[in-house]
Amino acid sequence: MTAWRFTVNAEPVEVEAPGMRRLLDVLREDLALTGTKEGCGEGECGACTVLLDGAPVDSCLVPVCQVDGATIATVEGLAEPSPEGFVLDPLQQAFLEAGGAQCGICTPGMLMAARAYLDAGGVADEAAIRESIAGNLCRCTGYTKIVEAIAIAARVSTGTL
Amino acid sequence: TGEAKYADDLVFPGAWYGATIRSTDAHARFDGFDLEPDFDWSKVAVVTAADIPGENIVSLISDDQPVLVPIGGEIQHHAEPLVLLAAADRETLRHARRGIRIRTTPLPAVFDPVESDHVFAHYDIASGDLDAGFADADLILEGTYRVGHQEQLYIENNAMIAVPREDGGVAVHGSLQCPYYIHKALKRALRLTDEQARVVQAETGGGFGGKEEYPSIIALHAALLSRKTGKPVRMIYDRHEDLAATTKRHPAVVTHRTGVKADGTLVAQEIEVVMDGGAYCTLTPVVLSRGAIHAGGPYRCPNVRIRARATRTNTPPNGAFRGFGAPQVEFAAEVQMGRLAEALKLSPLDIRRKNLYRLGDETPTGQILRESVAAEEVLERAAEAAEFEGVRGRTERGRGRRAGSGHVPGSPLRTGLDRVASGIGVALAWHGAGFTGSGEVKLASVASLELAADGRVRILTGSTEMGQGTKTIFPQLVAAELGLTAEDVEMAPQDTALVPDSGPTVASRTAMVVGGLLIQAARRLRTTVEKRNGGRPFADVRVADAAANGPLRIDEHFEPYPHVHFDDETYRGDAYPAFGWAACVATVGVDLDSGEVTVRDVVAADDVGRVIHPVLAEGQVEGGTLQAIGYATIEEIKLRDGRYLNDRLATYIIPTALDAPRITTVLVEAPFSGAPHGAKGVGELPMDVGAPAVVAAIHDATGAWVHELPASPERILTALGVTPARAGAPPASATRAAVDAPIEDGTDPRPDARSDPQVLRGPRDPGEPA
Repeated sequence: MTAWRFTVNAEPVEVEAPGMRRLLDVLREDLALTGTKEGCGEGECGACTVLLDGAPVDSCLVPVCQVDGATIATVEGLAEPSPEGFVLDPLQQAFLEAGGAQCGICTPGMLMAARAYLDAGGVADEAAIRESIAGNLCRCTGYTKIVEAIAIAARVSTGTL
Repeated sequence: TGEAKYADDLVFPGAWYGATIRSTDAHARFDGFDLEPDFDWSKVAVVTAADIPGENIVSLISDDQPVLVPIGGEIQHHAEPLVLLAAADRETLRHARRGIRIRTTPLPAVFDPVESDHVFAHYDIASGDLDAGFADADLILEGTYRVGHQEQLYIENNAMIAVPREDGGVAVHGSLQCPYYIHKALKRALRLTDEQARVVQAETGGGFGGKEEYPSIIALHAALLSRKTGKPVRMIYDRHEDLAATTKRHPAVVTHRTGVKADGTLVAQEIEVVMDGGAYCTLTPVVLSRGAIHAGGPYRCPNVRIRARATRTNTPPNGAFRGFGAPQVEFAAEVQMGRLAEALKLSPLDIRRKNLYRLGDETPTGQILRESVAAEEVLERAAEAAEFEGVRGRTERGRGRRAGSGHVPGSPLRTGLDRVASGIGVALAWHGAGFTGSGEVKLASVASLELAADGRVRILTGSTEMGQGTKTIFPQLVAAELGLTAEDVEMAPQDTALVPDSGPTVASRTAMVVGGLLIQAARRLRTTVEKRNGGRPFADVRVADAAANGPLRIDEHFEPYPHVHFDDETYRGDAYPAFGWAACVATVGVDLDSGEVTVRDVVAADDVGRVIHPVLAEGQVEGGTLQAIGYATIEEIKLRDGRYLNDRLATYIIPTALDAPRITTVLVEAPFSGAPHGAKGVGELPMDVGAPAVVAAIHDATGAWVHELPASPERILTALGVTPARAGAPPASATRAAVDAPIEDGTDPRPDARSDPQVLRGPRDPGEPA
């Protein structure tokens, strides 16, 4: 076993684990961050999407040895703590408003993929939004309201709404 | 925020991990198994059928399916559960799985549902005089249509955790639609009392029918292992196991013979439906029943005969999936209707306008449609929103341009200019609301409301949330009746120890049936409380009333809808209390070189009776529409020797955000008087119309009809190759031969056809003899 040090949602962590242990299992089982979901275990569905140094990755395909020294962001870090509880990320707010989440199992991964899109300067363009979440499968919504939600959040963050 | 706890997110200290050892034969005798001698088996729990204390049966309709195949018993399908294992850690479990060898003696297997002589269910629906109808026809059109398996593909795999109880019973926590189905299964196989068996729904990441029945087996497996070990046992499927072992939509072969007048009026429909039930009965008779009743499509026809049967094959059992038998038959009915329009040179809209059900019409089961008929409205609203006639004019000119420009070798319709042909197609469907026939009466559902001692209002139902909105609309409906806000009303957890049996969360019945019960319960609660408080509003007095009188619980029991009668023996009467109506217009691009289809835009018009929550209702229509488009274009299970070949998400493909069209939803309201709020349900409607609309659009683009789903590039290219007109030989017999008669050719190939109607068949079905 080796000790791996990295940052998760702005907090430094140290995990003892075999180097090939999946980042997904490290997050869910060793760090009790179960917000990140497993849908297929082979990088097809995107339910386990987290941000690795800002880029969206399927955490089921990333061995923990690869994230030593890196910065990881998961869905648990999106809402900001405040004295009155949590302040939702504009994306989370937009998903609630637009009906972008139904069963909710794809939502954590979808939010992280969308966060990466917005952080990279993505705007409220339907085709570009669809491209940005093409690696994240949803079976409930038909994607229409997810695309709308991301567009709303893009307008909020660029101040055009 | 990641707070919601799905089954695999739940932590039970000391829990073991469970695994299922499955058959690799489609049909065999289970002779026994050997354990690797060098492995330390004391660290592993091994469970066989001999460990089942009660009956080795998991069933809903027929007692044919074992929890585990007993040694010496018959394996009926690939991936059937034989032996269960559990260990304290995953590594030990992995070694144990590798250390077990199953011994079997293969038996002959049946894979073709048409050939199979083991019939799970059959129905015969007849009205009018079929022979007289065909004699009256100007044209008779025949066609055979096939659909394959479809996987629900909820993004959360099946998952169950069993926890032993001190009273010798078990509590299971899991991903599920129907807590009381599992409750019943546990009691029977484990010999438990009502109290000893407890079922708790975790957050559920999608169901679509796929978590209606199969979770009962998984719960039993987890419970047997936890009984053996005395520990909580986690039975969490990965995607591969979920795809390989759990139920799918029933494949079907549907044959139509339709008689029609020159003006498009239907005069005779003869329809045969054969569904593949898989190896065990599961819900097949009910799926088939819905399929049989809907087989004619939403059209008035005086002379109808529908024969439907579902048979056994040595493939994994098929079960519930959104639409429940209707999408299969309505695909066939709508493609047939499109071909009739083409043969008669009518527009696809006009032939539907002429025949669609209107108020007062009679269905093949003899049901008079007395209210809530919106076939015309959904059709017109969808056509208008999609500018159907205008777009169709343009696609027709496109076809004309291509037809005059010569062929490119290897691509019959390709010209130098147009590699992609555009097309638009329409489909219309009906969908019976709630359970079929006397199903709701037999269910005898209960829904309850409680005014707690602190004045809070609590909803107690077994209806589950899986993303479709139960937990949003129930508080909304109850609050509206009580003069409260939705935040004042809470939902009790879906836990069989707390909530009554409100029936299964299936058949788009939750808003209509259980929602209706809750409204009635709320009205009774309000009246009771206001009466004893001098008529002052419930909202003002509820806290004081509860403090003075203590908690008050109202149990509302389902009462049969008035004037709705169905005879299960003769299949005559009101098959459903009401029908929902759906129309879909799809616009596609077909790559004439590759056969690839892009669905660009879809307009879906759905009559849901009454819209309770517009955003949720639209979400249901959009999601159902995309599942239907997947069914139409890319979703397919390939089998070899009864085994699913593409049992991974890398090989079973569903639409991504890039594959999904722009979907425009038009919600139509034709209320149903039997439900206090008029709602008829929305979940399944869009699933019935998407596929035939896409296939009609492919035909509009290319002139070729695809008779089998999915309309894959291979099938489209095959259909393109078959389409060019060539005269067929006269058929030797009307039942066996199939002739590629060109639609434009008005001559009848039969020698003695002068006074008889013209008969058109084909394009040839690949499965039939030439």
